[in-house]
Amino acid sequence: MRLEFRFDIISDYFPLFMRGTLYTLGISLSGIILGSILGLIIGFGNMSKRWYLRWPMQGYIHLFRGTPLFLQILIVHFGVVVMVIGKTDAIVAAITALALNAAAYTAEIYRAGIQSIDRGQSEAAYSLGMTKSKVMRYVVLPQAIKRMIPAFGNEFIVLIKDSSLVAVIAAPELMYWAKSANAQYTRIWEPYLAAAAIYLVLTYSLHRLLIYLERKM
Amino acid sequence: MNPIIQVKNLSKSFGANVVLQHIELEIEKQQVVVVIGPSGSGKSTLLRCLNLLEKPEQGEVWIEGRSLMDKKMKIEEIRTEVGMVFQQFNLFPHMSVIDNIMLSPMKVRKWSSSQARKKAIELLHKVGLTEKAEAYPSSLSGGQAQRVAIARALAMEPKIMLFDEPTSALDPEMVGEVLAVMKDLANEGMTMIVVTHEMGFAREVGDEIIFMEQGQIVEKSSPQQLFDNPKHERTREFLSKVL
Ligand SMILES: Nc1ncnc2c1ncn2[C@@H]1O[C@H](COP(=O)(O)OP(=O)(O)OP(=O)(O)O)[C@@H](O)[C@H]1O
Ligand SMILES: [Mg+2]
Repeated sequence: MRLEFRFDIISDYFPLFMRGTLYTLGISLSGIILGSILGLIIGFGNMSKRWYLRWPMQGYIHLFRGTPLFLQILIVHFGVVVMVIGKTDAIVAAITALALNAAAYTAEIYRAGIQSIDRGQSEAAYSLGMTKSKVMRYVVLPQAIKRMIPAFGNEFIVLIKDSSLVAVIAAPELMYWAKSANAQYTRIWEPYLAAAAIYLVLTYSLHRLLIYLERKM
Repeated sequence: MNPIIQVKNLSKSFGANVVLQHIELEIEKQQVVVVIGPSGSGKSTLLRCLNLLEKPEQGEVWIEGRSLMDKKMKIEEIRTEVGMVFQQFNLFPHMSVIDNIMLSPMKVRKWSSSQARKKAIELLHKVGLTEKAEAYPSSLSGGQAQRVAIARALAMEPKIMLFDEPTSALDPEMVGEVLAVMKDLANEGMTMIVVTHEMGFAREVGDEIIFMEQGQIVEKSSPQQLFDNPKHERTREFLSKVL
């Protein structure tokens, strides 16, 4: 087999790859933001003293961390989304599945971050007459969030990579276009290496940004 | 006059571990009560029951005539009347010294920022740390940090101050500066309960000394009586080890 690298395939697909990259970013970003909000509720429920809040949240976390994301994407796409809006929508399904999945992981990030703050901090705040919500807001969370930032960054990086799985439901993100270039030209290296390079640029930039943020804080 | 703190038959356990047994205690306004006793005897737990950091299980506790066991009572309201100083200072590391002091008056008492600042500066002056107002806790020595912690508790204008081994985490040369602030406070008429191993301070400043062992108050009397002529053998044994 002769080794040749057909740059024309990449340049043909360049605009689609770029658009796909934007979708990849958009889907991952929406996933991490919505997932973090949902994760906040789940995380706090999971830390509750009340069993009827804690148990369902623990169940949620186990369910989404204990089953493959691939499967979750299929169920959300062909099952949940169709049930709720009456038709399939790959982008809605992609964002929903990633957000639901990320929520389980961010819930654990919140818990770990909050529990890493020394109990003396909240005790001092309580002893000054603060309510539970004030203790959280002014004393625990500002310190905990600082410690959570690296973990959130990592979760975002994982999500960018895992968002490639939504190609299976034809959400038009980067991996989807890499696969379609592969199908059209029956070529392996050009589309997949190009996609790999783009993913690497995304995750590595984020990695650098995180290091910068950590230093600044 | 009614006692400002009244404890009747207070008991508390952690699982099978009985930590406080049938504690009876009355403290008058402006009294300084010093609590001594071996490690694990329940001194901290007793203090923490008085501001509900631990939930008393059995018995009754009244602060200024209000029962802590009353379900309708707001815990936060009681806590604004009872300041606490911890062995480990527990300053908020993400805030400057002055913000540490101003936080609760502003967020709990709803003071304006200028009012809270005025009070904070006054208190920093009192504990001799005016120049540290904008410093962060990590840059303070242990003695300075503990003095800020005292100022922070005083900013809520509490009627009672609880001190749980306030000098035990300090280098010896810093113990004096913290005890001096506490002595001033006692002289101004603050009602104080102090858990400490500083027997000199106990003798000089304490109106009453309580000796605790195994969750019980073994002896409670004036410093002269307790140090020079303890009634109980167990008190005598403990004192012979620490003095
Ligand atoms: N949150 C807790 N959970 C379980 N056990 C506890 C808890 N807090 C205290 N204890 C136990 O209660 C007992 C009394 O503890 P406490 O801290 O009141 O003693 P202390 O007299 O203050 O001792 P020290 O001089 O070491 O501070 C100890 O046996 C301790 O292990
Ligand atoms: Mg103690």
